[in-house]
Amino acid sequence: MKSSLQLDAKGLSCPMPIVKTKKAIDTLKPGEVLEVQVTDKGALADIPAWAKAGGHIILDQSEEAGVITFFIQKA
Amino acid sequence: MSIQKWSASQVAKKVIHNEELFILDVRNADAFEDWKIDGHRFEYLNIPYFELLDGIDNILPNIPTDKEVLVVCAKEGSSLMVAEMLAEAGIEVAYLAGGMKSWSEYLEPVKIGDLTGGGELYQFVRLGKGCLSYMVLSEGEAAIIDAVRFTDMFITFAEHKNVQIKHVFDTHLHADHISGGRHIAEMTGATYYLPPKDAEEVVFHYTPLVDGTTVQIGASKIDVGAIYSPGHTIGSTSFVVDGKYLLTGDILFIDSIGRPDLAGLADDWVGDLRDTLYKRYRELSDELIVLPAHFMIIDELNEDGTVAKRLGDLFVQNHGLNIQDEEEFRRVVTDELPPQPNAYQEIRQVNMGKITPGLDEQTEMEIGPNRCAVR
Repeated sequence: MKSSLQLDAKGLSCPMPIVKTKKAIDTLKPGEVLEVQVTDKGALADIPAWAKAGGHIILDQSEEAGVITFFIQKA
Repeated sequence: MSIQKWSASQVAKKVIHNEELFILDVRNADAFEDWKIDGHRFEYLNIPYFELLDGIDNILPNIPTDKEVLVVCAKEGSSLMVAEMLAEAGIEVAYLAGGMKSWSEYLEPVKIGDLTGGGELYQFVRLGKGCLSYMVLSEGEAAIIDAVRFTDMFITFAEHKNVQIKHVFDTHLHADHISGGRHIAEMTGATYYLPPKDAEEVVFHYTPLVDGTTVQIGASKIDVGAIYSPGHTIGSTSFVVDGKYLLTGDILFIDSIGRPDLAGLADDWVGDLRDTLYKRYRELSDELIVLPAHFMIIDELNEDGTVAKRLGDLFVQNHGLNIQDEEEFRRVVTDELPPQPNAYQEIRQVNMGKITPGLDEQTEMEIGPNRCAVR
């Protein structure tokens, strides 16, 4: 999947993955896609909940070897 | 304004002493709804931390200035962030060290009463998870019943009381939390007992706990005697301690009764549950004090923080003991069940010794309420 911006938030613990994700999304135009990689398990529930609250869309979400990858389209 | 860091122990004291507290829980709504820090006089506001990244101005009017404010999250990081924002806005605030993880793990030892010849009975209240463990002490010896996995807590307590742990029991194979019983026995040389009917798949050595198994603790020979009481599991066993206390495991709680389905056989075991609650327990003295292995709601705590009630009172007040019609009883305990505890199948595997997860994984497995009861 294509993204306009990639964010590596691996190894960070709550709340930093979301703080960084929000900052990255703020730099995008509506419709553009952010790819985020995290390792904090809390992000599994929190990133979708945060995205929903802001109207952003999770286009894809996958987990491999403990790394969770989200593709988030800005509202 | 300054920020205070509170330990789970400090919060536990506020629960037990019925103090007021305002909790700002910044976990997401699902997590809050599922499980929170319960207190008789606690007030709550749940706003996920990720909705506060642009500032806390929106919620300031909802934060009281006339009572203590505690910010809580899953592990600590987000609560500290929000606490800092509140402090900057001039609010006196605390956050919970270790978050809900540490709350889930905290144990508060509470004395239940004195036993014959100077013995003592302690209840270890795990407020965050609703688990209750017990230690019977008498003149240099101790027995432990339904220990949770924080083995150091029990071993240190025994050292402090100058007693040697001789017997460690699990009333049944637990499905909601990881037992510390086997490990305590290994570390102290005590005997570990488990009901054989629950232990068909376990991969370690244990001593069978059956109806009539009795041990005597200390020089005053305090009796700890087993009564077979199936229904939550097929092996579930209760204990009578010193002729005064009835440890019911997960069969009978203060405001609810055990659920028969966590090992997958609700329909088979509902008859056993009925027999235990409506026949076997009724043959016992009404004066026995019931001490369960769990509580579900904060209202089950007494004023002094204990979870205990006279058996005779429960026969009158506990809804689950007052369903006269057998079909209705069957329907209630098989159809009206709450969701199962988090990771209950994996937890059973751990308690059988089949898998040995790391500490972080154990913590994840035990997150959330115990859900062993049907109300």
